[in-house]
Amino acid sequence: MAEIVSLAEAIAAAVHDGDSLAMEGFTHLIPHAAGHEVIRQRRRGLTLIRMTPDVIYDQMIGAGCASKLVFSWAGNPGVGSLHRFRDAVENDWPTPLEIEEHSHAGMANRYVAGASGLPFAILRGYRGTSLTTHTSGVAEIECPFTGETLTAVSALRPDVAVIHAQQADRLGNVQFWGITGVQKEAVLAAAHSVVTVEEIVDALPPRIGAVVLPAWTVGFVALVPGGAHPSYAQGYSARDNDFYLAWDAISRDRDAFAAWLDEHVYASSAEAAERPR
Amino acid sequence: MSYTADEMMTVTAARALADGMTCFVGIGLPSEAANLARATHAPGLVLIYESGTIGAKPTALPLSIGDGILAETADCVVSVPEIFNYWLQPGRIDVGFLGAAQLDRFGNINTTVIGADYGDPRVRLPGAGGAPEIAAACREVIVVIRQSHRTFVERVDFVTSVGYGTGAGIRQRLGLTGAGPRRVITDLGVLTPDPVTFELSLTGIYPGVSVADVKDRTRWDLKVSADLSPIPPPTASELAALRALRATLPASGEPAAMEGAA
Repeated sequence: MAEIVSLAEAIAAAVHDGDSLAMEGFTHLIPHAAGHEVIRQRRRGLTLIRMTPDVIYDQMIGAGCASKLVFSWAGNPGVGSLHRFRDAVENDWPTPLEIEEHSHAGMANRYVAGASGLPFAILRGYRGTSLTTHTSGVAEIECPFTGETLTAVSALRPDVAVIHAQQADRLGNVQFWGITGVQKEAVLAAAHSVVTVEEIVDALPPRIGAVVLPAWTVGFVALVPGGAHPSYAQGYSARDNDFYLAWDAISRDRDAFAAWLDEHVYASSAEAAERPR
Repeated sequence: MSYTADEMMTVTAARALADGMTCFVGIGLPSEAANLARATHAPGLVLIYESGTIGAKPTALPLSIGDGILAETADCVVSVPEIFNYWLQPGRIDVGFLGAAQLDRFGNINTTVIGADYGDPRVRLPGAGGAPEIAAACREVIVVIRQSHRTFVERVDFVTSVGYGTGAGIRQRLGLTGAGPRRVITDLGVLTPDPVTFELSLTGIYPGVSVADVKDRTRWDLKVSADLSPIPPPTASELAALRALRATLPASGEPAAMEGAA
């Protein structure tokens, strides 16, 4: 049953050194505040799992939290490279980063398998690409009915999933809508979960098309208004495209990145840091 | 009216999309071209982004594939597993629109690493995203890419997305259901696959560009079609629509040429 706690308490209880951690949100509802809290609590040796590592994992990789990254597209959308990710892969800074890369379809299906309690998922994908040479957890499989050769991808079962949602009620039932990505699958695939929310309401208003995660599927809920910034929460905030553009210069330089981290992450508490800017 | 090579490329890419088509759109140059088509000759073009937004009708160019304006204007929004499994995989979508960092003579795409050693790359690129399955399953693929010695290579360092592999018959052998890259649109002209060998050859060329220019910016010995056709320059209305669209991007937002589908 979900416990409603502070963000610092949720991360302290749920995320441990060496864990595999999936923080999901496909452009929308990216749990940035929770990422900052993981950095502040100086977690190390994490296997970070995420379809689009994006700025959130660029920050965590640069801060030294990760030893491995499992992903399918590591760029700053519409802007260019993730410079902290590249510095880790190309120069082992601040620590070496092992990578395991897939396609989006593969990662999405790996979460589906994890949520379904299956060891693998099947898709038409990867065939003829170099990914099959370099990525474990991808194999050919023959359809038992037609004989067609298909691709199997191993299930993702993260120790912890962290997502951001628009609302929870006081029992810890969670609701989110708009672009809902792969967050439902990530939470159901993971052993433990943390959900940060824009607001806690007395009762979740019925909303056609929304994803609802019942309280008994969720570990911790923390109230963090603006917790997706610079990503956004449909109905609450807009994507801060200027920040994504600015991140290119901040992240390109190790010193500029360290200064940003000091000012915006280490020098703040979870509560103070994530006020809407 | 004067125009840039990039504008010519985007206008040519937009012209390749017919009204009423369904189009799986990557971010950057493909998104710009698809939105230009919607703003000009193809108002009924169905834009599908891998964020799960189907039938998005943005009035401003999105910076990412998941900007709020895409969800707000979509016919429906589905989850990420659903967009790939129910919508892309069965071959429901007419055109996949991709970018590339490297492309070879058979239209294979690299958006993963530059350099021969995967474990120690010269340049680490974003990776696959949705592109491998877009390239496999859309009925056809259009690639938009700036042409240079850096991008038009004899062999891609990493096959992120399969074009025609090593030639005729490869797509069928691999079970790739779509027709593959039927058009590669660059800042110099248009390449299409030879019907027999599936090697890309130059079939269209822009005003003011010579065949020698195009060969000069290609690392392989580029074949030129016997009926190479000149491509008309952008019209005033195409240019005006493109510039109006570009003005909606946030300051210094540049469509990134190196991205595949984001």
